[in-house]
Amino acid sequence: MGWGRLRKKKDIPGGLWTKCKDCGALIYTKEFVQNMHVCPKCGFHHTVFGRRRIEITADPGTFAERFTDLRPTDRLDFVDTVSYAEKIEKAQEKTGQTDACIAGTCQIEGHDVVLAVLDFCFMGGSMGEVVGEKLALAIELAEELKQPIIIFSASGGARMHEGAISLMQMAKTCAALQKFAAAGGFSISIMTNPTTGGVTASFASVCDLMIGEPKALIGFAGPRVIQNTIQQDLPEGFQRSEFLLEKGQLDKIVSRPDMRAMIAQILRYTPRGRNHQSA
Amino acid sequence: MARKAKRTSNPPSVLPFEQPIEDVRSRLLELEELAEQTTHDLSEELSFYRERLKRLTQEVYSNLSPWNRVQVARHPKRPLTGDYVEYLCQEFVELHGDGQFGDDRAIVTGFATIRGHRVMVIGHRKGRNTKERLACHFGSAHPEGYRKALLKMQLAERMALPIVCFVNTPGAYPGVGAEERGQARAIAENIYKMFRIKVPIIALLIGDGGSGGALGIAIADRVAMLENSWYSVISPEGCASILWRSAEGKEKAADALKLTAESMLGLGLVDEIVDEPVGGAHAHPKQSMDLVGDFLDLQLTHLGQLPIDDLLANRYRKFRNIAQIEAKIEKQAQSNAQLKGQATPNPSPVVPGEPDSSGPVRRTPGSPRNRRRT
Ligand SMILES: [Zn+2]
Repeated sequence: MGWGRLRKKKDIPGGLWTKCKDCGALIYTKEFVQNMHVCPKCGFHHTVFGRRRIEITADPGTFAERFTDLRPTDRLDFVDTVSYAEKIEKAQEKTGQTDACIAGTCQIEGHDVVLAVLDFCFMGGSMGEVVGEKLALAIELAEELKQPIIIFSASGGARMHEGAISLMQMAKTCAALQKFAAAGGFSISIMTNPTTGGVTASFASVCDLMIGEPKALIGFAGPRVIQNTIQQDLPEGFQRSEFLLEKGQLDKIVSRPDMRAMIAQILRYTPRGRNHQSA
Repeated sequence: MARKAKRTSNPPSVLPFEQPIEDVRSRLLELEELAEQTTHDLSEELSFYRERLKRLTQEVYSNLSPWNRVQVARHPKRPLTGDYVEYLCQEFVELHGDGQFGDDRAIVTGFATIRGHRVMVIGHRKGRNTKERLACHFGSAHPEGYRKALLKMQLAERMALPIVCFVNTPGAYPGVGAEERGQARAIAENIYKMFRIKVPIIALLIGDGGSGGALGIAIADRVAMLENSWYSVISPEGCASILWRSAEGKEKAADALKLTAESMLGLGLVDEIVDEPVGGAHAHPKQSMDLVGDFLDLQLTHLGQLPIDDLLANRYRKFRNIAQIEAKIEKQAQSNAQLKGQATPNPSPVVPGEPDSSGPVRRTPGSPRNRRRT
C-alpha cells in the first residue's frame, strides 16, 4: 500500500460509491464520509483534506482561522517541467487554500486549543516557508494564549521547490516549539498517512505526545528510497504506525473516530485541563 | 528526504572541468623536469606556463556551475573532518558511543584543542578508502550517530566547552535499522535541543550539506560554508530523480536548488563563507585548512566573549526569523513587541565595548564580494 497511489487517482468522494484504497471494497460515499473516510470493511484511514480534518476535530462552529495572509512565493525561481509559481497556482485552485497549512483557534470537547493542520492535498502537504512560518506563529499564539497546540501532519516532508529555505523551516518550527515548551506549553503531534521527511524530522517528532493514526506511513526516508539503498524487500508493515509503536517511537495509536475524545481525555491531564469543567 | 547517490566507483581525482588545468600542469611538470636535466635556460618558458596555469585555474574556478561546486565538494582529495582534526588540532581525545545503542562511525566526537581553544568537536566522517567509506556509510549517520553527537554536546555544555561541528554528509542514512531506531526523531531532537545548549556552537559545512542529516548538527551561533561546499533540502541527484526522473537532471537540479555557498549567503540562510584557495581545497589542502583555522580561532574568541543569554537569544532569533522577507520580519517584530509590550521591536543585544553580534570582520584579500551576512 504505497501512498503514491493516493496522489495519482483522485477518486475523492463525488460519485455515489467510493472504492477503498486498501481492500477495494465499494462503499456508499455518504457512509464513507460520515465514517470520517475510514473504510467500514477494513478500517483503512484514507487521507482527508485539511478542511475536513478541522471539521471532524473541532467542536462545531468554534474554529477561527488565523494567519490567512501568508502566501507562498517562488523565491528561487524554481523550474522543473513547470515552474513552482505555476504549481502553487494549481494547488491553490485545487484546494482553495493558500498553502498546505491551516491554523487557528478552536475548542475540542470544550477545551480551548490552537489547531494546526497540514493539508496533504496541497502539494503533498509539503513544508515550505509559509507552512513553517504558520506553524511557528501558531505555536507562538498558543504560548500567548496559554493553550495547548494540536498539530495534525500529513506531509511528504520539506518542499523541494524552496530549496534550503524549506530545510530551515525544520529549524524554525523546532525553535518555536522549544521556546513554547520552556514557557510551559503542551503540544500534541498527530501523524497521519503519510508523514515523512523533514516534517517527521522536525516539529512532528518533538511535541510532548506523538500519536499516529492506524496504519499511517511515518518515517524519515520514503520506502522507495530505502529500498533503492539497501536493495532488499522491506519488512511487512515497515514504517506503519503499528511498527513505530512497537519500536517505541509513538505514544499511542488512535483511530480517527476516537481522536477527538482521546485528545480531550489527554487535555484533562494538563494543568489547565484539570480545572476545566468538562461536560 | 535523504537520497543517496549510487556510487559505482570512486570518482576520478581530476574533475572533467579541471582537465585543461591538468594539461597545463603536466606540461609544466615536464618542463620543470627538463630544466633540471639540461643546461639550457628555460626560465622564460617556465614562467610562461606558471602564469598560464595560475590564470587558467582562476578562470575555470571563477566560472564554476553549481553542479561543478558539488563535484568539488565531493572531490576525493578534499580535506575531510578527520583531516581538519589531524591538521588543526594540537590534540584530540576521541569519545565514542551514544550510551544507548552503539557507536556510529559516521559521526566522530571528541575533545580537541584548536589554536589554543579547548573545544568539543563533532563531525560527519566519510572515510578516505573504500573500507572506511563503507564503515562510515559514506558519511550518512544513523540515529545513534545523532544521539552520540547530542550526548557529547550536552557534555560540552556541562564542561563549558564551545562546540565546533564539521558538517559533511549527503544525508542521514535511509535504512531499515535507521528507521526502526527513530532516525527522524533523533534528528528532530538534535535540532530542538541545540537551541538550548548553553555554550557557543560553530557549524562549518566542509563538503556535502545534505538535508536534515546536515541540519542535525548545524544549529549554531555561527553557520559558515566553505566556498565550494553545498547545502540543500535534498541532494541534486535525489531532487533530479523525483522531478526530472533521471540522474541527468542533477545539473539542472543543482541550479534550481540554489545550493552554493554564494546563494545560501545571498538568501540569508548562512552567516558566512570561508574562502578556499583558487583551485579548491583539494588542490591546496593545507592552505585551505589554515583559512578554516583562522575562521575558527576568530569565531571562538568572539563568541566566547558574548554573554550566554545573548548567545541563545540570538541563536533563537536567527533561526526563528531565517530567510524572511524584510516586511515579514517587521510585522513579526511588531506583533512580538505588542505581545510583550515592548517599545522597540527586536532589539539585538549589543554589549558595550564588545564586538556586535554580527561578529568580527575577517579580512579576505582580493575578495570584493560580500561574504558575510549584514
Ligand atoms: Zn477497506
